[in-house]
Amino acid sequence: MSDHNEHHHEETFITKYIFSQDHKMIAKQFLITAMVMGVIAILMSVFFRMQLAWPAEGYPILEKFLGKWAPDGVMDPNIYLALVTIHGTIMVFFVLTGGLSGTFFNLLIPLQIGARDMASGFLNMLSYWFFFVSSVVMVISLFVTSGPAAAGWTIYPPLSALPQAMPGSGLGMTLWLISMTLFIVSALLGGLNYIVTILNLRTKGMSMKRMPLTMWAFLVTAILGVLSFPVLLSASLLLVFDRSFGTAFYLSDIMIQGEILTQTGGSPVLFQHLFWFLGHPEVYIVLLPALGITSEVVSTSARKPIFGYRAMVGSILAIGFLSFIVWGHHMFMTGMNPFLGSVFTFTTLLIAIPSAVKVFNYLTTLWKGNIQFTPAMLFSIGLVSTFISGGLTGLILGDSALDINVHDTYFVVAHFHIVMGLSAIFGMFAGIYHWFPKMYGKMMNKNLGYVHFWITFISAYGVFYPMHFIGLAGVPRRYYSNTAFPMFDGLVEINELVTVFAITGAIAQIFFFFNFFYSIYRGKNAPQNPWRSNTLEWTTPTHDRIHGNWPGEIPSVHRWAYDYSKPGAEEDFISQIVPLKEGEEEH
Amino acid sequence: MTTFLNFLIIALTLIGIVQIVRIIEIAAKLKGPQEKITTDQDNRYNALAMLIVGLGFTVFVAYSFKLWGHLILPDPVSLHGQGIKKLWDTTMILILVTFFITQTLLFVFAYKYRGRKGNKALFQTHNNKLELLWTSVPAFILTGLILFGLSTWNKTMVPDTTNAKVVEVYAQQFYWTARYAGDDNELGKAHYTLIGGINTLGVDERDSLSHDDVIVREIHLVKDQQVLMKFRSQDVIHSAYLPHFNVQMNCVPGMSTQFAFTPTKTTKEMRSDPEMIERMKFINEARAKKGKDPVEFDYVLLCNKICGAAHYNMQIKVIVETQEEFDSWISQQDNFKTLVSTQ
Repeated sequence: MSDHNEHHHEETFITKYIFSQDHKMIAKQFLITAMVMGVIAILMSVFFRMQLAWPAEGYPILEKFLGKWAPDGVMDPNIYLALVTIHGTIMVFFVLTGGLSGTFFNLLIPLQIGARDMASGFLNMLSYWFFFVSSVVMVISLFVTSGPAAAGWTIYPPLSALPQAMPGSGLGMTLWLISMTLFIVSALLGGLNYIVTILNLRTKGMSMKRMPLTMWAFLVTAILGVLSFPVLLSASLLLVFDRSFGTAFYLSDIMIQGEILTQTGGSPVLFQHLFWFLGHPEVYIVLLPALGITSEVVSTSARKPIFGYRAMVGSILAIGFLSFIVWGHHMFMTGMNPFLGSVFTFTTLLIAIPSAVKVFNYLTTLWKGNIQFTPAMLFSIGLVSTFISGGLTGLILGDSALDINVHDTYFVVAHFHIVMGLSAIFGMFAGIYHWFPKMYGKMMNKNLGYVHFWITFISAYGVFYPMHFIGLAGVPRRYYSNTAFPMFDGLVEINELVTVFAITGAIAQIFFFFNFFYSIYRGKNAPQNPWRSNTLEWTTPTHDRIHGNWPGEIPSVHRWAYDYSKPGAEEDFISQIVPLKEGEEEH
Repeated sequence: MTTFLNFLIIALTLIGIVQIVRIIEIAAKLKGPQEKITTDQDNRYNALAMLIVGLGFTVFVAYSFKLWGHLILPDPVSLHGQGIKKLWDTTMILILVTFFITQTLLFVFAYKYRGRKGNKALFQTHNNKLELLWTSVPAFILTGLILFGLSTWNKTMVPDTTNAKVVEVYAQQFYWTARYAGDDNELGKAHYTLIGGINTLGVDERDSLSHDDVIVREIHLVKDQQVLMKFRSQDVIHSAYLPHFNVQMNCVPGMSTQFAFTPTKTTKEMRSDPEMIERMKFINEARAKKGKDPVEFDYVLLCNKICGAAHYNMQIKVIVETQEEFDSWISQQDNFKTLVSTQ
């Protein structure tokens, strides 16, 4: 850091690394926290996959981790349900929402639109610390005597409302709700900041039409979050009231453990409406940032403009809008009026159109490209593949008549893990490999990245593709074991196969974590613009990273972000800050 | 000792990775600085892997139906299920065709257009005609699919139930109970505050409609006779799932839900179906490996909404039989009035 800057920002260790208001540092804080949470969630999935493949066989490792919940290494049904619940919660909220959005929105928004920082650095810092405390509470909930929340990540009442229904609905659920409330506050503080920053702080020349697709995706995501998270907040608060203060928003006509409850008049289905009003946009809150990152990486690595920029923006907007009117497809089997089911089938299947447009545009971007297979590019191509595979089975689940027999089975588990889980995590990996040089000024090791991708890609399909068949065999999700039904006895081998791939995939992540931390300290110094990219973030200093991003004036923007391989240019890329030549058309 | 060995293995693995990385880096330094983002060699190997792994997976998907197809549930044995099957087949054809085309294009493009030194990509920003085409074709196909889907959905969910026999399926942690409406085909009123002693479903004795109701722990259905299943729950949300019949409906406390359907094959017919015999042979071989006794085919109703610790074992046997068999079975059961009076 230059003397000049130190004079203005007297930063102590605490203001620089802990209570930092620099968006670049906050991005790293989000990323590291999400990585820790991710490891916990991966470990959980390995444990419950072991149970599904080899039930009733004792494993000392389970007893070591789960203690009294796995006497002699055989896990208890309650802890099985807790593991799937917390795995889902952590993956959806802490890794793919907090981790993905928190990291890349914070890192990239100011850098790509040409701003010195977020609109409010203070709110941004608060957003991280709410997220941190929320994560800590969620981890603490794993250690309470009655066990963590276990009603599934969707925490449907009455199961989640009544401690008599299952041990996990006691203190564990209280902590879950506290954690989620803090999380929502974090998401809202972040979301408002992202929207305001993108709309107001763009540098000269950075019109909306010139923004990289990452920015469009992030903007729409932030809007979705700000509109939908408050609904989950109210749903959670009403649940807290039902649990603790005797209200009956979600409870009616219940007798449990021989006790007749006094609450009447509530409806458990109300909770589902509120939950999925967030829950479905949430799917796109997870997915859109990944698609945004992929658009950037695919175009840069194919050395070709993203095909159909306007159509891409249009489909992001269309997906964002439609995501608000499809939540009912999670509830086809609640006994809702069949007409309502028809409406939700109609809106749901419409989403296939903008999704198809995106896929075709990615394919055409690759066509006649000059594809550079960086690890980020591999993960982006992986994302396109999983987005297709998982998206297509959505045609079955979104169609109410077909949903009847696959609803809540492993078919659903396969579908959403591929289309949302894998796509989003691939997008996140692509983002990390691509912007690691920007974050740490070092390069990650390319070859370890290749090994990481290929094992992960194969294991990911290895885990989730066979699950379609398990679902079509009629196996419901959230079953502690398949052994209670003769009709599932033929599924032993396929379940073992899935578990073997799950363990392989989990182990493959060691390559990533090692590469990540090793490269921070020992990686090669990154060049100014390692991927020869057009966007603004590559014009900031790589090694003297300063709070304020550009040492002098913020550069102004003269062109869109996708002038790759433009005829007449010397190189195969033209940075956005390069003015148009005389007679040069914008694109 | 094992712990120590585990640590040793992890430590050695890590050291191994460190050493490999160092070798790679030193080797790279010896080769001199690299100007390109990736080398031609990187691109060639990864492109080849794309082709092999990507297309390999795509081909495997086709093969998987042969490999694992027998695991899929047999064709639905209910009237509405046959309609759903048609919609299912149409949708599957559409999905598989799209899947094979797009995945093949993706991996072939990745291979074919791999980066090479001196190559330059085509500068192409958009093509309105092409984009209009691939927006309108999916829109057109989806319109058809939506219409087909909605008509199937309406036929399934809003059938004529004037001649249906009424059965109540009652859910509680972690049991199912069935209540037949008796000769009057009308269920007596029930309320959760009346639950107690032998009256586990809270049926109202004062309602005369309840007197001929029959409460049992096994569901018997008559072939080709429409049944209107009504669902209630005592405690938390459960879901009644009859996979063989394409039937599923949530059981929600405080709410009454229903599903009407007509079974088309008796349990006996299923047991003598050649395809089912094959399946049961496979299942019984798998059971033998685990030291379990062989079983015969049975229909089942199982819980498909997380409801607590024993969710995975919440089931009730379903038997489909002829009218005569059903009549002789139900005549042997006590009705509700007898049940209460013997208490």
